[in-house]
Amino acid sequence: MQHVEMIDLEKSYDNQKNVLNGINLAIEEGEFFVLVGPSGSGKSTLLRMIAGLEDITGGILKINDKVVNHLRPKDRNLSMVFQNYALYPHLTVEQNILFGLHAKKVEKKEQQKRLIETAEMMGLTELLKRKPKQLSGGQRQRVALARSVVSHAPLCLMDEPLSNLDAKLRAHMRIEIRRLQKKLGLTMIYVTHDQVEAMTMGDRIMVLNDGKIQQVGDPITLYNEPANLFVASFIGSPKINLGTAVIRDHHLIIEDSIHIPITTSDIGNIIQKDDLTIGIRAEHIFHGEEDKKTHELEVINVEHLGNETLLTFEIGKELWTAKWLGQWRARVGDKVPVKISVEHMSFFDSKTTELIKPASNTAKEQEVVAI
Amino acid sequence: MTVPAYQKIVFYLLLTVSSVLIFAPAIIAFSMSFMSNQDIMTGKIIPTSFTLDNYVQVFDRFPLFNFLLNSLIVSIVIMIGQLVLSSLAAYAFVFLEFKGRDILFFVFIATMMVPFEASIIPNFQTIRDMGWINTYTGLTLPFFAMAFGTFLLRQSFKQIPKELKEASEIAGIGDFKFYLTVVLPMARTSLVTLGVYGFLTSWNMYLWPLLSTTDDTTRTVQIGLRQLQSQEQLNEWGVIMAGAIIVVLPTLILLFLGQKKLQKGLAEGALK
Amino acid sequence: MSDLLIEAEKDYTGEFLKAKKVQRTKSFLKGVLFLLPSIILFSVFLFYPLFKTIYLSFFLTDSSGATTVFVGMNNFKAIFTSPLFLKSLEVTFLFVLYTVPGTVIVSLFLAVLANEKLRGIGIFRTIFSSTMGISVAAASVFWMFLFHPTIGWLNQILELFGVEAIGWLTDPDWALISVSLSTIWMNVGFTFLILLGGLQSIDSYLYESADIDGASYFYKLRRITIPMLSPTLFFVITVSFINAFQTFGQVDMLTRGGPQNETNVIVYSIYQEAFMNYQHGAASAQAIILFVIILLLTLVQFKLGERKVHYQ
Repeated sequence: MQHVEMIDLEKSYDNQKNVLNGINLAIEEGEFFVLVGPSGSGKSTLLRMIAGLEDITGGILKINDKVVNHLRPKDRNLSMVFQNYALYPHLTVEQNILFGLHAKKVEKKEQQKRLIETAEMMGLTELLKRKPKQLSGGQRQRVALARSVVSHAPLCLMDEPLSNLDAKLRAHMRIEIRRLQKKLGLTMIYVTHDQVEAMTMGDRIMVLNDGKIQQVGDPITLYNEPANLFVASFIGSPKINLGTAVIRDHHLIIEDSIHIPITTSDIGNIIQKDDLTIGIRAEHIFHGEEDKKTHELEVINVEHLGNETLLTFEIGKELWTAKWLGQWRARVGDKVPVKISVEHMSFFDSKTTELIKPASNTAKEQEVVAI
Repeated sequence: MTVPAYQKIVFYLLLTVSSVLIFAPAIIAFSMSFMSNQDIMTGKIIPTSFTLDNYVQVFDRFPLFNFLLNSLIVSIVIMIGQLVLSSLAAYAFVFLEFKGRDILFFVFIATMMVPFEASIIPNFQTIRDMGWINTYTGLTLPFFAMAFGTFLLRQSFKQIPKELKEASEIAGIGDFKFYLTVVLPMARTSLVTLGVYGFLTSWNMYLWPLLSTTDDTTRTVQIGLRQLQSQEQLNEWGVIMAGAIIVVLPTLILLFLGQKKLQKGLAEGALK
Repeated sequence: MSDLLIEAEKDYTGEFLKAKKVQRTKSFLKGVLFLLPSIILFSVFLFYPLFKTIYLSFFLTDSSGATTVFVGMNNFKAIFTSPLFLKSLEVTFLFVLYTVPGTVIVSLFLAVLANEKLRGIGIFRTIFSSTMGISVAAASVFWMFLFHPTIGWLNQILELFGVEAIGWLTDPDWALISVSLSTIWMNVGFTFLILLGGLQSIDSYLYESADIDGASYFYKLRRITIPMLSPTLFFVITVSFINAFQTFGQVDMLTRGGPQNETNVIVYSIYQEAFMNYQHGAASAQAIILFVIILLLTLVQFKLGERKVHYQ
């Protein structure tokens, strides 16, 4: 069943037109849906429109197949977790969790039952009498989640809930939120600017930029078949390597510096010969063992991550990064052999930035394993 | 930062001299209230004897207790009225969005330009025509609405994250409940500041009680002091001073307790 | 298919507009409801009296203040030819001239002193702000004694130095100065408190970086403290001006406007005209003059202040 549906949703302010434009989207019940984009892309605005905190300028918003454009937030049967948690500082954890239930006229007995249940689930039982000031960042986050859980609203909205936590705690809370959502069968709409968060948490992801949908899809699709240059460079870390390219005499020439011979099977249905941009992921620039090396590149930076090594090369005016498994003792200035092949490259139109052809060989060496 | 010793000495010296000068009128009055009339009339600086006689006399010969009670009632009523009206208005300016809000805000600013003294004649007529002369209503009601208080609280309410309001909107908590259970408790400090300020200024009010009271039933202590001073004339300075000390004691204590908060709160409300 | 969609959208638009309208009306009513108590009281005790005062100023009135004869601008003509009112204006301006700079300079001096981080500074701060808690009536009583011609401390001190006694409140040359002196004392507490608040909100980094540059105490005072304090100073000066024009209590207690009307400031003049002579019309004309003066002052200060004041 479709839980949330948006038809041609639009948002404009008096002094700013088209903050959001042409948003068409359906979110399934029980789905973990992530809205991701850089700041100012309109993702938070969209979330707040769903919540009813912002007016909808145009289009239709349906929740549970009912049009809700005109309904106030409290009548939309949803809960929301804010970036700063929005905890009432003068109330105890218990009062904070129960605050909304009083308004919904939930019976006292039922309130207590839900409180105990939720506190146990969130590991807050010991902290019920404390004030938010006496809690750590992670505990506050849990109280905010508890407040959302206790409402029993089937739709939960989260606006960058993890961005105030340190990196370790964030990684932990990602798993907790994810588990909670599955356990309770919540429909989740989750806003973040962090693509790692989007990739690791979302069943499906919508990439938003400048108020327009760039692409909607599951994490793997977004990674392997980015719809345009924006999505390609936004998703994935380290960033995808890009370079302008032309096709001349059965050769692909990248940034005027790398020449790769190509066959018709390599480029498939690409008719266009000029104004191409190719993208290749860092893990697809391999170490070129003696017989397999295609190019030799000069190392300009080395980053040791322990289990893998990042090497940076200069290609024309672009910096490309290669990610090699294991520890490599390369030094700045060394010339290292690499293997770059066309089958790993995605082709984009430089003018429209749209994808022309995704990498043909993503599934061969680095298979998406189905368990 | 370390201050050199000689600089410290200079500061302490200046501070002490200034304190003596500032505090002298009050200290002199205080010591006079315990002096016999003879000591005062002979111009003694250090009293030869200590007496509570002046205090006994001022309560004896004067309905001072009554005046004190009136002042207390008037000040508390004004304080509460100001807190309620200012906080309601400030809430509307911070948390509610509606057409005409900016115009109304401008109206509030404009009220700061009308001095109460310039509109005192019609106000007197109003109170008189309503039959509110010598009533607590007449003494207090004109001071409930207060632009300064509204601005001070508006400043404080603006510090409350707007997500709290949004969270309560999603939970279905109405504006009045949000005002009562979230905004007021969270703005406690500013409310106390405004309360102290309101109490101080009401307690010390002079012109309006002078006009709107004609007998002792609701007369405030300030006007009582005026009477005391004009009736007793030159020879009973000890009694007059005892009266004055009693008048300033409550506000001085309040000021000493709330000085830090006042200092912060008033500066914030006034300037932002 | 697409036709159907458009059809559906059309239907909704009407509904949404209606819902939006209802919500807008609701939120308007709610906003007004929260503001209503203040609006009503402002209307009754501030705006209505203002217009009523203007109205009254065109009339003669009987002893109860009811209008009798319409006289147009005659009240204004009368007061501006009355030497008594002109004297009162002159006295008021002199009083402002004495008290505003006096109050601000003394308070600023005290605030700068009390802003030092020294042991026991809290006691000094409390003492300096104490006059804020002392009412006009009580303060007047205190000063009445200090000004007393024979047993008052001021004359006793003068005597100590062999100077002839001064008739502080009875000598026409001295009365206004005496009232101003006591007024400065009364106002110092409040002004000090505000200025101290302003000083404490200045970022300490500014001083630290000046210290590293080796700036002297007075250099810091002139280049950091005063410029950074200018918004607070601006506010304090405005308030002092307005307060000075509204002075009444100390005049009523200390001199009753005398001697020879030397301390008959404008509010006292209004009070006498309205509530002693029962001339509500003429008094209203004076009140309008007071209102205009304060209005102009506020506007001028805002204009000047905008340019000169350093806002953070």
